[in-house]
Amino acid sequence: MEYFLQQLINGLTLGAIYGLIAIGYTMVYGIIRMINFAHGEIYMLGAFISLIAFLVSTLLGGTSVAFGLLAALVSTMVLTALYGWAVERVAYRPLRNAPKLAPLISAIGMSIVLQNFSQLTQGARVKPLPPLFKGGIELMHGETFSVNLSYLQMTIMALTVALMVVFTWVITRTSLGRAQRATEQDMKMAALLGVNTDRIISATFVMGATLASVAGLMVTLYYGVIDFYIGFLAGIKAFTAAVLGGIGSLPGAMLGGLLIGLIEAFWSGYFSIEYKDVAAFSILVLVLLFRPTGLLGRPEVEKI
Amino acid sequence: MSTLPLLDVEHVTMRFGGLFAVNDLSFTAQPKAITAVIGPNGAGKTTLFNCITGFYKPQIGRMTLNHADGPVLLERLDDYDIAAKARVARTFQNIRLFARMSVLENLIVAQHHKLMRASAFSLAGLLGLSRYSKAEKLAVDKARHWLDRVGLLDLADEDAGSLPYGSQRRLEIARAMCTDPVLLCLDEPAAGLNPKESLELNSLLTGIRDEMGIGLLLIEHDMSVVMEISDWVVVLDYGSKIAEGAPALIKDDPAVIHAYLGEPDESEA
Repeated sequence: MEYFLQQLINGLTLGAIYGLIAIGYTMVYGIIRMINFAHGEIYMLGAFISLIAFLVSTLLGGTSVAFGLLAALVSTMVLTALYGWAVERVAYRPLRNAPKLAPLISAIGMSIVLQNFSQLTQGARVKPLPPLFKGGIELMHGETFSVNLSYLQMTIMALTVALMVVFTWVITRTSLGRAQRATEQDMKMAALLGVNTDRIISATFVMGATLASVAGLMVTLYYGVIDFYIGFLAGIKAFTAAVLGGIGSLPGAMLGGLLIGLIEAFWSGYFSIEYKDVAAFSILVLVLLFRPTGLLGRPEVEKI
Repeated sequence: MSTLPLLDVEHVTMRFGGLFAVNDLSFTAQPKAITAVIGPNGAGKTTLFNCITGFYKPQIGRMTLNHADGPVLLERLDDYDIAAKARVARTFQNIRLFARMSVLENLIVAQHHKLMRASAFSLAGLLGLSRYSKAEKLAVDKARHWLDRVGLLDLADEDAGSLPYGSQRRLEIARAMCTDPVLLCLDEPAAGLNPKESLELNSLLTGIRDEMGIGLLLIEHDMSVVMEISDWVVVLDYGSKIAEGAPALIKDDPAVIHAYLGEPDESEA
């Protein structure tokens, strides 16, 4: 029981991170019907930028963890958002009216470019970050095993919930969110009503990148090691999460992320840690075979 | 300045391969008037609308929209500027509402351009500044005004896609009006309406013309509607203009009758 509870906490933490990345996939898919395969790399850049931000704030003599975290959070979000914007501007916008395969290939190219960019500029070695958060609370004390919820896990979950609230509010209540939903449903019509759809698409990439950057920051803190290649696996897993939840559905992306995180945690806890990726990707295959619309997705109705 | 037409279409040609969908077409539309564009199927009416609203860029010709503060060349604008700068709005033959948004939201999206300015691209909205909430309130007021006009105020919070067909048509017109157009292009607004709805539509359109003082451009197959409400009729056939004039004159124009009904049979002649 104690062991189960611990894996549940670990799985939810991991799931929160996957969910934040998955939202970027699902939003971009919703609006331009394209899988942004460079999104995992955006998350990786977020992790690197946050690492640099932590080191810089320590160098400048910042001793307060809260201040360091806030500074890193803000700078990571802003800088990664710029990367997200630039990727769309350079690699996808020129191909807006091209056949569907072209932007997909461009996305894979962009992903390789960004990986190599950080390998060249930051080096190929694994980068460590000493743990900033120590301690936690002991929820339950068993005979052989005690259940811990670390302060870092709490921070990750609280930050995810806060971001989801802000994000949901932007989508449902603001003018920008309304225009995004309109563009998603009928881009040409939205343009005819005076919505600058190119700008809305840019905003979508910026929002997706911002959420992914926070996921990158969390991973840097949580695992304490990052390298230039982490975007690949995390990206594919978040993509799996988006498909599981129903690609195009925002609550679906978060739900899918949590499920993938839980499956991975329980699989590693009870079966085999080496095969945890197999579990996640088997889910992708099963969902695509038996429920291609995902858990919360809408079936695509072909207009005749 | 008052002699300038609202819309001046000059020598517009839109070609798809070897097909001239619109061929050297010139006509004008006046403000405070309903100009009907009629013609048999395939005459190029919808293609003309697609040119005016930026879907297509005509290969030849010029389309000038004369605002109070100067002319705007439609063929040079990006699609979103057709609504935002030129202030031309349009409805579609096959209704294109945002089906999964509420009726009210459909009308507020139409005011996006103004709202984005007021909200400094949503930053002010995020920070909850009063400037934004004021602009948002104005937008909602305008939306409710038009919902009231088309008799859909009770359904403001329904999904637009769940409305019956006739209501969707009226909602699309209300949405177009929320963009504050100076020219409203309606592509077969009476199609699929029953006689009662069709009469209501007539009074809605003439009401918009008389109260808002804007120009309306109307594609319509229902001749009773055309004869009843339009002030000027342009007749197209095979992409070219074959006649134009007041509705009463057009009805008896031999070229028009020929285009619609074909050559009279030799034996009957």
